[in-house]
Amino acid sequence: MVCIKQVPDTADVKIDPKTNTLIREGVVSIVNPFDMYAIEESLRLKEKLGGKVTAITMGPPQAENALREAIAMGVDAGILVSDRAFAGSDTWATSYTLALALKKIGDYGLILCGKQASDGDTAQVGPGIAAHLDLPQITYVRKIEEVSAEYVIGERLLEEGSEAIRAPVPCMLTVVKEINEPRLPSLKGKLAAKKAQITHWKADDLQGEKAGMGLDGSPTKVVKIFTPPARQGGQIFKGEPEEIVPQVVAKLKDAVIAAAS
Amino acid sequence: MENEPIAIDKDKCVGCRLCIKSCPFGAITMQGKLAVIDLAKCTLCGACVEVCKFKAIAMRKPAAAAADLSAYRDVWVFAEQKDGHIQSITYELLGEGRKLADQLGMKLCAALLGHRMADQTAELTRRGADRVYLVDAPELAYFQDEPYAAVLIELVRRHKPAIMLCGATTIGRSLVARVAVRVKAGLTADCTGLAIDPETKNLLQTRPAFGGNIMATIITPRHRPQMATVRHKVMKEAGIDVKRQGETIIEKVAAEVLKSRAQRVRFVPETETTANIAEANIIVSGGRGLQAPENFAIVRELAEALGAGVGSSRAAVDAGWIPYSHQVGQTGKTVCPKIYIACGISGQIQHLAGMSSSDIIVAINKDPDAPIFRMATYGLVGDLFKIVPLLTREFKKALKK
Repeated sequence: MVCIKQVPDTADVKIDPKTNTLIREGVVSIVNPFDMYAIEESLRLKEKLGGKVTAITMGPPQAENALREAIAMGVDAGILVSDRAFAGSDTWATSYTLALALKKIGDYGLILCGKQASDGDTAQVGPGIAAHLDLPQITYVRKIEEVSAEYVIGERLLEEGSEAIRAPVPCMLTVVKEINEPRLPSLKGKLAAKKAQITHWKADDLQGEKAGMGLDGSPTKVVKIFTPPARQGGQIFKGEPEEIVPQVVAKLKDAVIAAAS
Repeated sequence: MENEPIAIDKDKCVGCRLCIKSCPFGAITMQGKLAVIDLAKCTLCGACVEVCKFKAIAMRKPAAAAADLSAYRDVWVFAEQKDGHIQSITYELLGEGRKLADQLGMKLCAALLGHRMADQTAELTRRGADRVYLVDAPELAYFQDEPYAAVLIELVRRHKPAIMLCGATTIGRSLVARVAVRVKAGLTADCTGLAIDPETKNLLQTRPAFGGNIMATIITPRHRPQMATVRHKVMKEAGIDVKRQGETIIEKVAAEVLKSRAQRVRFVPETETTANIAEANIIVSGGRGLQAPENFAIVRELAEALGAGVGSSRAAVDAGWIPYSHQVGQTGKTVCPKIYIACGISGQIQHLAGMSSSDIIVAINKDPDAPIFRMATYGLVGDLFKIVPLLTREFKKALKK
């Protein structure tokens, strides 16, 4: 199983220097870049071990495109979990809803997610799903060292090093960029993606409490959205390096000493 | 219409377009003379509701929960430790937590999970904790997702904190998402600002989203605890007060709670000392402008002279010049050092997302129009192969004195 999200393509996003806001015109939706690594890794696992890869996403109807993209890469099937009732979901409600969908599928071994989405940047949905399903988890995985029907060993990237963790299957893995290089879709894959039947599930298709979904199921509430204050215009030095470098060093010296202490 | 989570009243909308401008998600468009919300794009942030002068936009209120929030008291900090050492993020959380606790008239508590760390609770007290909850078990010697989450869930159920803060570190993010789900708490990731709403006493949690292009303030009005992970290096560390008194409570948990299905089979510390850039107070980063992997040497030399960490842009990592653990930016690490020196980095939006909250930004680039200069506190336009070695030499001279 691989859980993906459709996000605005931030590679396309430019900032309007005058208003300091996002220029949204022409911004296309893409598969969350971190999820591409999860898709690729799931395909590699399938090539090694057999089995089937299903991509699942929760989002508006057009998120179906993200699933077709995954299918073009080689994923076997796509499930779109989409309903007005899910609108306003925070990470609690999102992980609950996805967990319900995974429960409905039932026979999963490994669940892979990107470490976080590039729009919300929370990194909470992967561990959240694991908690709802009471599964072990290995987060920030940069390498799957061993995998079988019984267990998986994943190497996780920590701030101070790395650790290998062995966990029984089923298990949740969230992956980082270092794990692989996602493939491009093949022509055959693209054709398959066009023809593929995407399964649609609505809130009524899931065996769960409506109170845990959407706005009602979300403990957090956004009360304000604003653009961050623009950074103060800096000082630009041009000219001979021999002249400008000592000026900058003089300005920075105290800050460097303070930072070192 | 009543079932829609948000809707525009056709009779009240005058087509003034204020809401379109206010929407950070581009979800509102004009259709004829009326504004229409595309629910597929809408995140129900409420920005449009606030700006509408004609009260034409109504957002459905969620069903009220009957939970008794007054039973939840005190501000908690998860005391992150590695290898038996309390991490500096913990002191930052105590510094911030102290302010929140004082405003609310509540106690500041620290939850310390570890093994043979009883002698370190005093340090948490000196840094502002009124009470330390200590859970000591060999299974907690180092971080393991399942027992750590299970213990914290148990403590939350026993003591009902109103607020729980945790570092937005690898450990913190992996841990509290599990906890929040199981205790049905609101959790806000990667906060850079915390405050108390003077009226409602709710915790106002401010965080960047969309790679730092927008900021969102988030509350948890009907659930407790109000949980947040806090970005490293943003809050000021609590000072040490050796006279401060506090209590330590030793918490016992059942053996069942300490069980872990996942097991660590190997740990390899990062050997390169400059690698942990998330902790560094100064970072010197190199980008595509370095042209070749061997040229990273001039970045390393400057970093060494300053006692700084070495960072890089995505381009340099993708070219194989430096390992991924050094990458700063949206697909790498988010850093917040006191000084960030960008050498030959143009400043793609994804890179800026990872370092824009640094205190001082120094940029060296030959292109005067490079976007990095808009962020820079000090920008040096010119040849980095001349400027960076000169910086190293001049800093060495200046710091010797």
